[in-house]
Amino acid sequence: MLDIIQDVLSSNGLITAFVIVGITMWLSYLISNKLTKGLIHGSAIAIVIGLVLAYFGGVVTDGTKGLSDVSFLAGIGFLGGSMLRDFAIVATSFGANFDEIKKAGFRGAISLFIGVILSFVVGIVFALMFGYTDAVSLTTIGAGTVTYIVGPVTGAALGASSEVIAISIAAGLVKSVLVMVGTPFAAKYIGLNNPMSAMVYGGLMGTTSGVTGGLAATDPKLVPYGAVTATFYTGLGCLLVPTVLFLFTDMIF
Amino acid sequence: MIYGVAILAGCFLVGSILGEFIGSLMGVDSNVGGVGIAMLLLIIIVDKLIKAGKISKPALDGLSFWNQMYIPVVIAMAASQNVLGALTGGPLAIVAGVAVVLISWACVPLLSGKQKVEEQAPVIASTIGGEADA
Repeated sequence: MLDIIQDVLSSNGLITAFVIVGITMWLSYLISNKLTKGLIHGSAIAIVIGLVLAYFGGVVTDGTKGLSDVSFLAGIGFLGGSMLRDFAIVATSFGANFDEIKKAGFRGAISLFIGVILSFVVGIVFALMFGYTDAVSLTTIGAGTVTYIVGPVTGAALGASSEVIAISIAAGLVKSVLVMVGTPFAAKYIGLNNPMSAMVYGGLMGTTSGVTGGLAATDPKLVPYGAVTATFYTGLGCLLVPTVLFLFTDMIF
Repeated sequence: MIYGVAILAGCFLVGSILGEFIGSLMGVDSNVGGVGIAMLLLIIIVDKLIKAGKISKPALDGLSFWNQMYIPVVIAMAASQNVLGALTGGPLAIVAGVAVVLISWACVPLLSGKQKVEEQAPVIASTIGGEADA
């Protein structure tokens, strides 16, 4: 019997994912309304539950894709994978105001450059404090604090050691998870309540999953504005870090 | 309804192709801004179609459906993150990851400046009405 159920669940992965995510959301909104009186947004709770489940998925399977490494829950990985995620992000722009995007376009673009460089420098400072002194390792760890994709791309391009690449990916993951969980709480202190600041936010933080998840839990109306800049960030990081920023780092160290 | 989804999918594909193309022009093995370009395309096309009265209610509903599927997709995304990797990446990864987020947060007000909170009037308020508190 159990075999049959597991079989049906794994051969209909995406459908299983709809059910699991639906139940998670229902529970989260129940917790939000009953326990926090709506103070903490239901989707923020759902994202935290998702991350906790991902942690246990990782512990149980020793994999890297959270809950979706559990065989009969692989559909979660498809529903939350890059194709449907990007598709749904594009759909959020339906309802966004183009004039707001034009108005904040310049600051959004500036914040992209500042975001990449700032994250890179912070990563390097901490790598130095932990005793790394060679330009390749420093650049790779700095790239990791840009995003967990820029880290390994840079590390591979520069020939960094696998230990350093692993650290850079982990640093990027910490950033992404913290942005997802922390954005709703930080929002009121940093004025994150209008399209302009959301675009700046997307440019400064850059991690697409972090920014779009965090904004969804803060105010879904802000998602398209944050996403429109954040989706340029990783590309810009892959462009700047292994080239210009590596040359600078190499000159200094 | 499929027309709306098809417009969305078309914008997505055109954006992705342009993003890959920009990436290859820059010599980067990564999609540069494909999703952002697709978003801008969709906003402009839908705006034009609505003003010309050439888009039907069901087509808008098709767009609206995926617009509202966003939160479930994000939750599935959260559930497939490598959280274990983030927590077991060693002290340097955790300290650097936390520091970069805190410092970037502090910079947000500096860059976005003082904004008075304006009431947003989304272009197609009626069709996404339920989303704000969903």
